[in-house]
Amino acid sequence: MRATPALAALVLIVLVAAAFLFSDYHLFQLTMVVVYAIAILGMTMLTGFNGQISLGHGAFYAIGAYTTGVLMTAWDVPYWATLPAAAVVCAGFGFLIGLPALRLGGLYLALTTFALAVAVPQVLKYKSFEQWTGGVQGLVIDKPDPPFGLPLSPDQWLYLFTLAIGAAIFLLVWNLARGRIGRAMMAIRDHALAAEAMGINIALLKTRTFAASAMCTGVAGSLSAIAIQFVAPDSFTVFVSITLFVGLVVGGVASIPGALFGAVFIEFIPNLADQVSKAAPGAVYGVILIACMYVMPSGVGGALARLVRRVARPGRRVG
Amino acid sequence: MMQGVLHQVISGIATGGIYASVALALVMIYQATHHVNFAQGEMATFSTYIALTLINIGLPYWIAFIGAVAISFAIGVAIERILMRPMENAPVLASVGVFVGLLLIINSLSGWLFDYTIKQFPSPFGSGTPLFGGYVSSHELGSTAVTLIVLIAVYMFFRHTRLGLGMRAAAFNPVSARLVGIQVGWMLALGWGLAAAIGAIAGMMVAPIVFLDPNMMAGILLYAFAGALLGGIDSPLGAVLGGFAVGIIENLMGAYVVGTELKLSVALIIIVCVLVVKPSGLLGRKVTSRV
Repeated sequence: MRATPALAALVLIVLVAAAFLFSDYHLFQLTMVVVYAIAILGMTMLTGFNGQISLGHGAFYAIGAYTTGVLMTAWDVPYWATLPAAAVVCAGFGFLIGLPALRLGGLYLALTTFALAVAVPQVLKYKSFEQWTGGVQGLVIDKPDPPFGLPLSPDQWLYLFTLAIGAAIFLLVWNLARGRIGRAMMAIRDHALAAEAMGINIALLKTRTFAASAMCTGVAGSLSAIAIQFVAPDSFTVFVSITLFVGLVVGGVASIPGALFGAVFIEFIPNLADQVSKAAPGAVYGVILIACMYVMPSGVGGALARLVRRVARPGRRVG
Repeated sequence: MMQGVLHQVISGIATGGIYASVALALVMIYQATHHVNFAQGEMATFSTYIALTLINIGLPYWIAFIGAVAISFAIGVAIERILMRPMENAPVLASVGVFVGLLLIINSLSGWLFDYTIKQFPSPFGSGTPLFGGYVSSHELGSTAVTLIVLIAVYMFFRHTRLGLGMRAAAFNPVSARLVGIQVGWMLALGWGLAAAIGAIAGMMVAPIVFLDPNMMAGILLYAFAGALLGGIDSPLGAVLGGFAVGIIENLMGAYVVGTELKLSVALIIIVCVLVVKPSGLLGRKVTSRV
């Protein structure tokens, strides 16, 4: 375990250095990787640690993005101040969805959240909200400039800003998972009845996990709105939710570093597959998703963790 | 006003019939395997494309109809035997993952083979003048009739044939069914085939109304989910009634309460309401689990 903080610091240093090595376009891609990693981390908390399956986290991603978009265009709120607002709004929505989710077994929750993801674009297009949401047209957001006269390009600043938020959230989630609450979340996942017998308030913890998870994904959505400088209903179809789910599974559902691998996967694989044909990204996702379920159910993160353990303790056979 | 409501209810029954068929397909797979097939809608869309291809090469409509149903049946059986068999005792996450993967693959296959443009799909019942004083189009009447025939046929199959009894036994208690000589594995595959065939019919009935494109069934699948849950996900009769009910509710809400733009949210609201108020649905069994 002592190797983990060192490794994480190394990754962070490499990521910071990247800001000064890559072109603006590649920096934008890296920004999106960090954004997706935060979004997937929210799902890791919910699905990986707590065992609740969501196929609708794109909805929270959209709500976060729209919170930022509306605040910035309608009320001229500075971009950094919209993040806490998005976090609060998404946590609220997450709590509301988490309440009926309490009564649902794994499959029904997946189904309900799937329905949520399908319904979201229609709500965003709804005429009565048009004065805020911009209807079908969406909203255009200004690109933030680096503050305090720092000698950075806007893309570099945006990347470093996103990276700082991402690093903070990863640290928080890592601490959460190792602490009492994290253990309780996993206990509920592994054996709800035994967890309850040990004095864990299942209902409270499950809804709170849902809220925290939605908050995390919502902040990611908010950052994505700032990075893309545009929000529109058609960017938040059900495929966003499915993409995040694919990233979660490929990275490894219960692995914190896995969120980063999943994010790299969903940012770069569609670009590569798109060159083959328009239909290819979906097919590649589908095939890899099924392949993961058969041969690598714990994802890239799980496979790496096993590898690290094997290298660290060669005497003992693990897994 | 009254006439308007009546009109909405009748066209609600017509679309409800389609939801009922897809809901029935979902329930058949759920009963046998306790999985919800997220790819059911995409499978139906793909079948509809097969039917269109058969029509375009010059076959008469009903021959193409039967051909598409037969091919869909075969695809359903093949998916069960190849993809689902190893997932029999897998955790929920794994089965959800496989179904979502299947959804993605079939969706892009539809787009790749038949391209993404919106296509017209012919109706076998003509687009003649509305019947009964303008309440029903001939296609609505015809598709409702087809749906009812399918539902009755499925009912008769399960009630009155040896094979249907075997399938019910395999779903109800696989271990005992195996002991009395029923080939449980093949019964599951057969269930998948039937579900795919029913989905194909639903797809061909709805395509003339909503037009054919690779994402045609996304909304319909949602209403079918809502219908299946409303009726009780383990009750075929419940699924059918639920499907019709959702069709009527959707039409009335769309016309008088929320407007057509928010129709999909109605499905979400129905799903959440059912799950919160009566999770077992109207006709479903209460599930109790052993400690």
